[in-house]
Amino acid sequence: MNTPDTFDVIYNFVSGPLVWVAFILFVGGSIYRLWKMLALVNKKDRFIYTYMSLSHSLRSIAHWIVPFGTTSWRMHPVMTVATFAFHICLLVLPIFLAGHVVMIAFSWGVSWPTLPAALADGMAVIVIACCVFFLVRRIVQKEVKYLTTPSDYVLLLITAAPFITGFFAYHQWLDYRTCILLHILSGEIMLAAIPFTRLSHMLFAVFTRSYIASEFGGVRCAKDW
Amino acid sequence: MAETAEKEKKVIIDEGLDTGARRLTPERIKTVYNKMLGKAMGAKVRTYVDTCVHCGLCSDACHVYLSNDKDPKYSPAGKVKRSLGELIKKKGNVSPDFIKEMSEIASTECNICKRCAMYCPFGIDVAYLMLVARRFCHLCGVTPLYIQATAHSHAATMNQMWVKEDEWIDTLQWQEEDGREEMPNLRIPLEKEGAEIMYSVIGPEPKFQPTLIYNAAIIMNTAGLDWTMPATPGWDNSDMAMYTGDNEIMGRVKRIHFETAARLKVKKIVMGECGHAFRSVYDMGNRQLGWKMPPIPVVHAIEFYYDLLKSGKIKIKEKYKKSVTLHDPCNVVRGRGLHEKARYVVNQICENFIEMYPNREHNYCCNAGGGVINCGPPFKNKRVVSNSVKAKQISDTGAEILITPCHNCHSGMEDIISHYNVNMHTKFLSEIIYEVMEKPETAE
Repeated sequence: MNTPDTFDVIYNFVSGPLVWVAFILFVGGSIYRLWKMLALVNKKDRFIYTYMSLSHSLRSIAHWIVPFGTTSWRMHPVMTVATFAFHICLLVLPIFLAGHVVMIAFSWGVSWPTLPAALADGMAVIVIACCVFFLVRRIVQKEVKYLTTPSDYVLLLITAAPFITGFFAYHQWLDYRTCILLHILSGEIMLAAIPFTRLSHMLFAVFTRSYIASEFGGVRCAKDW
Repeated sequence: MAETAEKEKKVIIDEGLDTGARRLTPERIKTVYNKMLGKAMGAKVRTYVDTCVHCGLCSDACHVYLSNDKDPKYSPAGKVKRSLGELIKKKGNVSPDFIKEMSEIASTECNICKRCAMYCPFGIDVAYLMLVARRFCHLCGVTPLYIQATAHSHAATMNQMWVKEDEWIDTLQWQEEDGREEMPNLRIPLEKEGAEIMYSVIGPEPKFQPTLIYNAAIIMNTAGLDWTMPATPGWDNSDMAMYTGDNEIMGRVKRIHFETAARLKVKKIVMGECGHAFRSVYDMGNRQLGWKMPPIPVVHAIEFYYDLLKSGKIKIKEKYKKSVTLHDPCNVVRGRGLHEKARYVVNQICENFIEMYPNREHNYCCNAGGGVINCGPPFKNKRVVSNSVKAKQISDTGAEILITPCHNCHSGMEDIISHYNVNMHTKFLSEIIYEVMEKPETAE
């Protein structure tokens, strides 16, 4: 039996234990952040419960998750198209990518439908293109530039990296082994970063939106979109 | 309209801010920080600060940003970055001059109008963050002089304008006397226990605009309503303490207002055409006292006139001829959804109503409300220059009359109209209603 080379050792570590670490940080971290937020609400801002209204929350979210469903979306058409395309592809692609599903099936014996390769490829391009758009927007548009901190660029890189490396690996550009290793690693970094960076808007947006929707709908009798 | 606050910017001297900052020490700032933010930070502030992704979509919502050549420092998130954001980032280790700057930003560059909350995909409430900043400055003792003087008046007299009790009663009786020349049986009933309605106004009405009380009396008497006004402190529904971050005084002012209504055993409080007072009674002051909603129903003038016209208690003799447009005040439109009722009233009393755009919930702020106009003369120029977008919006309608059912909007719009030479006059709804209604007992 051959002794595994260094690459195999690293690969096995990154695709084995580190995956678990990343998912534990992602799931555990998300639960922790949400629990911390609710604990803080209980301790300091209990009035929030008093005003929360499910119907007004859903009514508002229904407008905000539809492209051009709000005045704000309609005022910024390019951003709207970009942000919706980006978020949809970002969420759908990793979950329904054939390569990912196959690995899950191989390990656990469960599987689900997958995306056709060409579509998946296109979605990766969309994500990368949107990241470039967000980057340019941060640099060029002065109201965005003013708000931008170095961490915003880091977050953009963290988000784009799994898709860029995945795209390269799929097309076998550059060194496949390096690309796939970086792909797995960057995916893990992104997952682990979600609860602990501003990527946590994935967790909190629904709560902040629901709260303002409840205030606007329930108390102010006004629309918030 | 191309001028901007930047070009016009002179050094603004405000004695309240200067003196406050001079007396302030970094240690005191840190103490306030630990008490209010730091580990004591509430979930709302924490989550808003953590969730904002710096996308800048809130910018176009803000009249101050739009009116200053889209200078990013005036965008809602830009204002947070320059004030509360920086304070939290530095964990309260900031200089007294920073607090002075923060007070100016929070008190004079944001009207707490909440328009931006409708443009942020996450619904981050920058207005709330600006109130937190004001509260912080209040606890540091750094508040613009004029609005602080007003808050002192609230604390000492329970009204905004240092109106003494006898002056108040005297003013009401004077208006009653005047009104009797027009309507011989007119009454302004004081202290009538068990009346259906307690009518409350803001301090500036008896002080500067008693004719508004006169108009209200004519409307009440014509409609044959069972109403009263209190003869004791508690008659004033206004509240600048709410805007200086002095929540304790806000609570005291609202308590005496509600208690006066309870003492008079009225079924509801009807308020004059004021926006911030409505916010205080309906949204903020009641919460300070632990009431989810006001303990006694509160009816804003717009809704009140709507009911009177709809039920036919007030009839219109001849509709107002001049062309009118309507400014939707934030506190009763974004704050209470009265925009359709306001339009019903306007259409009932006016022949020619022209919409301004944007309107309803999306209307631009007047840049006077939220306590900004109450910060007084030092900031007047900045305030007017920072709302060129409003001047354009109203002049685009081509209307002759601008209806503003809110005191702060009304005064702010008059300043804008005169600064930008817009050919328009402001009016309250009650002024037009008074002019066009049928008055049955007209004295010959």
